Amino acid sequence: MDVVLRTYPILLWGALSTLQISLISIALGCVLGLAVGLARLSGYRIIRTAASIYIDFFRGTPLLVQIFLIYFGLPHLLRQSQLYLIESYNMPQFFTQFALPVFLAAVVSCSLNSGAYIAEIFRAGVQSIERGQMEAARSLGMTTRQAMRYVILPQAFKVVIPPLGNEFIALLKDTSLLSVIGFEELTRKGQLTVGWSYAAFPIWITVAFLYLVMTFGLSRLVDYTERRLKTGD
Amino acid sequence: MIRVENLHKSFKKLEVLKGIDCQIKANEVVVIIGPSGSGKSTFLRCINMLEQPTAGNIYIEGVSLSDPLTNINHIRAELGMVFQRFNLFPHKTALENIAMAPIKVRKMSKADAKIIAYDLLEKVGLSDKADVYPDQLSGGQQQRVAIARALAMNPKVMLFDEPTSSLDPEMVGEVLAVIKDLAKEGMTMMVVTHEMGFAREVGDRVIFMDEGLIVEEGTPEEIFQTAKNPRLQTFLSKIL
Repeated sequence: MDVVLRTYPILLWGALSTLQISLISIALGCVLGLAVGLARLSGYRIIRTAASIYIDFFRGTPLLVQIFLIYFGLPHLLRQSQLYLIESYNMPQFFTQFALPVFLAAVVSCSLNSGAYIAEIFRAGVQSIERGQMEAARSLGMTTRQAMRYVILPQAFKVVIPPLGNEFIALLKDTSLLSVIGFEELTRKGQLTVGWSYAAFPIWITVAFLYLVMTFGLSRLVDYTERRLKTGD
Repeated sequence: MIRVENLHKSFKKLEVLKGIDCQIKANEVVVIIGPSGSGKSTFLRCINMLEQPTAGNIYIEGVSLSDPLTNINHIRAELGMVFQRFNLFPHKTALENIAMAPIKVRKMSKADAKIIAYDLLEKVGLSDKADVYPDQLSGGQQQRVAIARALAMNPKVMLFDEPTSSLDPEMVGEVLAVIKDLAKEGMTMMVVTHEMGFAREVGDRVIFMDEGLIVEEGTPEEIFQTAKNPRLQTFLSKIL
């Protein structure tokens, strides 16, 4: 018990960090997901294909691998390409520092990953709206864009809230993978405190409890939003 | 007002329209009848380009719809369309449904659009339903709001695609009454319907379509009493 009390502030900081990275990634993932989801429905084949490739890649590979790829892989790629340019074309050296800040790597990998899932959620949401809605809007002289914005999307948002909530919760838990690149979120803090206190059970159960509090809070928030939007029609 | 020349429409291998030629004059009420699958709805939907014709041409007040320079949104703003399934926007009140297009497409001020919307609700007999959402309205009421929504754009032509086909029988009358009023005011209209009584009473001209072609056309008297075409005879004997 003593250990828990002493480590609690540390773990709480970790939880805050988890919450922070989750909320930022959710926000960015939603923006990205909406754009890519609409791109999947674009009239232009090349845009559709590009969106599909992005989604396939980030849904089809493990988040852990994506984190490694972005945190370790990108700097390596940058260094190698610069080396190649310097040697082959006598280009001046642009970068001396290659390491990506761990926070940036965390945000980028989590946002890109959740963006792919959210894109599919939005696409399905838009497609679930009856075709007649688009036809009615177009028959009144609205452009496709206006019809999307004023008629289809407001209805689609209501449909996507439950699956979006699932995605938020999954993402929050998946941020624990960021511990492998030393990002000090809740799981990493747990590892570190267990490392010097050796109190594995009390600390991991506390970590689990803190995750539970966060996911529970998030799911209540989603429920609340869903109810509020339901009464709107 | 509307001129249709050699209109063809195919869905993949299925040829639905096989060459329609037709003219609609201003203030004319044209009723299109025919068996299911005869292409009536597709014909109507081609006129505001909800379906892209495979061949042929449509002119609205002399403007060709197949001309790539024609802005189809401007054309559609002048053509009101009423659907079989109403297609009201469920997240908007009756008033907002009507006011939306004038605000977004005509760039009218919200206040002006609301005045128009109120007037139109009154016209279709629903002034007490302004702030009600579509799911709280009966089918007949929804369709009357849908008509008001189309009228809000002050269209030159109204297109009705089986406006009473998904209504309970006791609600058909209230919707037809609104359409009849429009006819009296001189609105140019094309109405696809199975209501033969309505066709006879309101139509200036009746078009009978079968298998993607106009088989017979004429005044209601000619179509319902004197026409000898065997396909029309079969159709009428089934429906009357």
